[in-house]
Amino acid sequence: MTAAGTHEALARVVREHAGRLAASLVSLLGDFSAAEDLVQDAVEKALRRWPEEGIPDRPDAWLFTVARRRGLDILRREATHRTKLAEVQWPAQPEPDDRLRLIFICCHPALSRPAQIALTLRTVCGLTTAQIAAAFLIPESTVAQRLTRAKRKIAEAGIPYLMPPIDELPARLGQVLTVIYLLFNEGYLASAGERSHRRDLVDDAEWLAALLMAMAPNEPEAAGLLALIRLHRARESARFDSDGGLVPLRDQDRALWDRDAITAATALLSRTARVHHQPGPYQLQAAIVACHAEAESWADTDWEQIVVLYDMLLHLAPSPVTQLHRAIAVRYVDGPATALAEVDRLSDALTRYHLFHATRAELLRELGRGREAVEADERALELTVNPAQQALLEQRTSPDPDDERRTALSGGHREPGTPPFG
Amino acid sequence: MKYVLMFIETEQYRKDWEAKDQSERDAAFEAVGRWFAEHGQKITHSTQLQPAHAATTLRLSGAGEPVMTDGPFVEGKEVVSGYVEAELADLDEALRMARSWPACPVVEIRPAS
Repeated sequence: MTAAGTHEALARVVREHAGRLAASLVSLLGDFSAAEDLVQDAVEKALRRWPEEGIPDRPDAWLFTVARRRGLDILRREATHRTKLAEVQWPAQPEPDDRLRLIFICCHPALSRPAQIALTLRTVCGLTTAQIAAAFLIPESTVAQRLTRAKRKIAEAGIPYLMPPIDELPARLGQVLTVIYLLFNEGYLASAGERSHRRDLVDDAEWLAALLMAMAPNEPEAAGLLALIRLHRARESARFDSDGGLVPLRDQDRALWDRDAITAATALLSRTARVHHQPGPYQLQAAIVACHAEAESWADTDWEQIVVLYDMLLHLAPSPVTQLHRAIAVRYVDGPATALAEVDRLSDALTRYHLFHATRAELLRELGRGREAVEADERALELTVNPAQQALLEQRTSPDPDDERRTALSGGHREPGTPPFG
Repeated sequence: MKYVLMFIETEQYRKDWEAKDQSERDAAFEAVGRWFAEHGQKITHSTQLQPAHAATTLRLSGAGEPVMTDGPFVEGKEVVSGYVEAELADLDEALRMARSWPACPVVEIRPAS
């Protein structure tokens, strides 16, 4: 196995078992902060020792033993925790939904979004503070501070160690799905070149979505999000060229797409739709990505269907970014002039969004308005920080009028989900 | 846990209130009355405050003598208009209670030790 492969396998084992352990300890100790510190310590030890010593036969028991030993060491003053810890055996008798409950606590709406994300990654996925900091390119001290504040808020504000009641579940599930979706976006958009370590976030997002779906099988949007993530991942190997440059969807080598994964994800999506008849935003986004994934070629794409799906999505969740992506699909149904008119209507809302300018540039170029197109591309370049997107835009603003890619409505710069491109 | 729910009025809320006729006001009072009845067993204490113009604020932060001002904050657009103290299981219960509050548009929830 390669070093990267070993690392990935390790991370997977840690994530799986640390999440279970954290969930059990939270319910055993009734103290989020204490449980989380113990697990974190065990995870750090595992990541240090397992690469040399090999993964133990029972990784969960190994982590538990380390966590308990550490707990008995540091919890001297906390008599109640000590007693409980001294008594418990592994496997503790976890309720089946322990981990699910843990995700809901981490994503409690009374916590800020960054705190929800950090807490979920650390507690449910077993990432270290350093790994979270690296993933989001923020100082480790910031992450540490967020985690400390979040744990203090959980304790002091009285956030319960409970699943939300059934009537509040859909809204609270929405928070959890958002956090997973943001993790995925962060990892997927940044998965180029030097930032390749962020791909861990894509793994974590997929894992969390799968966990959520397994534990809440009656929530169609959990299945929708999982399908969405898997459909994007199925096209991963075609997204970058050998130099690490982003390849726009229309130029991708579709032979590299994972057809089996696409079939499986599409089947999941249809099964969900048949059972629930409740197409929420994630299912609709997944359906849009499925239209692209199933097309034999760019020319074969069912653009009419995509426009219809965007209309449904806009009905549920109106957003100028979604409108922009609808306009891109409209280009292939009604032509560039109609599409440009729709895009221009969004100028107030999206003037700071690089894809707005990049899309305008492509439409303007198609309509023969070259000078305006270059201006729009330059504006887009000012607004994106992603190196792969910058490279693509630089190529287009370079003075080579014969370069075909300059006229391609590439959509290489996508936000996962809403936009199906790239 | 003991929580304090602070009811916060906004300028807009105050304006809307002044534009209401008597029957609308009666209906609003009734809704608040029902809310209190519904949560009565959990509420340990409650007070409505006099309007903001009756307030006096003492600012102790600057150097020298504390500054006394008329009203809560000169630039204040939102003021606490009343509060209840309640004995509740956890934040989720407090949130449910606050969510059903039928009057002013902002409620701040604080655990009280």
